[in-house]
Amino acid sequence: MKLINKESVGRRMPVRILINTIFKGLFFLATLFGLFVLAILLYRIFTQGIGYLNIDFLQNFASRRPEEAGVKAALIGSIWLMATVAPISLLLGVGTAIYMEEYAVKNRFTNFIQVNISNLAGVPSIVFGLLGLTIFVRALALGSSVLAAGLTMSLLVLPVIIVASQEAVRAVPKELREASYGMGATKWQTIIKVVLPAAIPGILTGGILALSRAIGETAPLIVVGIPVFIAFLPRTVFDTFSVLPMQIYNWTSRPQEEFQSVAAAGIIVLLVLLIFMNSIAVLIRNKFQKRY
Amino acid sequence: MKSFKFMALTAMMSGVIAVTAACGSGDAGNGDGNGSAASDKQLKGDVLIDGSSTVYPIMEAVAEEYMAEQPEVKVSVGFAGTGGGFEKLIAGETDMSNASRPIKDEEKAKLEEKGIDYTEFKVAFDGLTVVVNKDNEFIDSLTVEDLRKLWVDTGKAKKWSDIRPEWPKEEIKFYSPGTDSGTYDYFNEVILEEKPLVSNATLSEDDNVLVQGVSGDKNAIGFFGYAYYEENKDKLKVVKIDNGNGPVEPTKETIESGEYAPLSRPLFTYVANKAIEEKEQVADYTEFVLENAAELSEEVGYVKLPEEEYKKGQDQLAELTK
Repeated sequence: MKLINKESVGRRMPVRILINTIFKGLFFLATLFGLFVLAILLYRIFTQGIGYLNIDFLQNFASRRPEEAGVKAALIGSIWLMATVAPISLLLGVGTAIYMEEYAVKNRFTNFIQVNISNLAGVPSIVFGLLGLTIFVRALALGSSVLAAGLTMSLLVLPVIIVASQEAVRAVPKELREASYGMGATKWQTIIKVVLPAAIPGILTGGILALSRAIGETAPLIVVGIPVFIAFLPRTVFDTFSVLPMQIYNWTSRPQEEFQSVAAAGIIVLLVLLIFMNSIAVLIRNKFQKRY
Repeated sequence: MKSFKFMALTAMMSGVIAVTAACGSGDAGNGDGNGSAASDKQLKGDVLIDGSSTVYPIMEAVAEEYMAEQPEVKVSVGFAGTGGGFEKLIAGETDMSNASRPIKDEEKAKLEEKGIDYTEFKVAFDGLTVVVNKDNEFIDSLTVEDLRKLWVDTGKAKKWSDIRPEWPKEEIKFYSPGTDSGTYDYFNEVILEEKPLVSNATLSEDDNVLVQGVSGDKNAIGFFGYAYYEENKDKLKVVKIDNGNGPVEPTKETIESGEYAPLSRPLFTYVANKAIEEKEQVADYTEFVLENAAELSEEVGYVKLPEEEYKKGQDQLAELTK
């Protein structure tokens, strides 16, 4: 019995191979497009900003003279902000995800919450700024402090973290949980000892994306009322501060052309900080990935 | 829990110290109320400033110099915009609010409602500069009436020939600062007189975008702060403004003397009287602003006020710190 009509398949073969090649090429071009734009961006920023990048740039406060301007306050401020946002958003986000996946009964109400979390991920950041201004800055009287801004930013990135963590928790194989129960572990023991470690790579991937967004946001912080010029560093989370994106934004809007280069130097610092943060997260992720 | 108690205690203690210091300064202030801001006394505390992004470079320069003299005083300057700054002054969140236009009536009413008294200080001049493309050869000067014809919306696209018949029959491209900016507000007040701006204008909050736009388009016209023109002189052509006394080019001299009218405007800072009275560092900082704004505003691209204006501000301040 003939299963394949070799002749008719053979006739279609060149067309099928051609289509395959065309799509391979198209997808390669799509990848190349992103890389190309990124390369141009990096080239422009580095050629423009490298001249202003030195130790003084990291150690000086903002200044009206481009040669003396530095990012000290903004850089330290950004680190403070991350140090506040990361624990708050991860604790709340992972907590919510575990509740939704492990404890909550699937009914209309939890469904409603689920839809809202997904929707929140698409809300423009400036809306979160207004929320932060009303609740944290004014109602809770935190002022334009690290804490108020950190809480605002945490709210902004929470949906992303929750959704990513939920996916990660859901992806943990059922067998692992059942084995744990079989050994006599309680639900809590199973979550903390089995589910969470297995889900951590996925949670961190979401966390990296979310924190990268938080470190680059400007709009909500302008609304919250974070100043740009400060020549002192925050000592507690109740002090005011400034962040890199706001400093960069301010420099790009200056009339003097030298400030465009200073802004480029600021962007390089922001990129390096971002890469540094991400690589720490990737390291942690890899460590846990090896265990399972 | 323990650390929270410690924090709360520290916050309370510093609050008490701040209050005591403020009370104490009330007496001490009498002695050198009229003295120079460069007093040897080391002050402490914070000075919270927000408001116009146009005034920001001046305040940044002043704060930078001030911190060199009084390193213990924490000055912070934001750029929420003139309107945004007033909102914060009304909420009692700032001590000073920078503005690139005078305070509006509704803002005054709100401040009154909250029982916040304030004092207006002028810090510098800015000349709103009208520019066209470098290749534009037919425009040399415009009258205020021409500006109105150009910028007020008539509901249809405008050609240069609509303004003066001898000009080319080509469509005009308009570039204007965003409607939130004090610069737009001022132009609205003196030129548009509350009539709508041409609807096909390109609006941008970033004046560098306007510079780019006008320098890249032969039929473009735009306006923005003098500092942006000064930095881009080689890319733009400035338009002289004729207010009935012949065309005047905006320069530091004509803006300072008031000859460049009606587009030269003062820049302000509004200080809450309570902050001046209760926070010694705010009073000291304000005095420092008035003493140094002339030199520093020139350095960042604005135009200084006549000497008397600063003197007037200092007298007003002395009145408050008495």
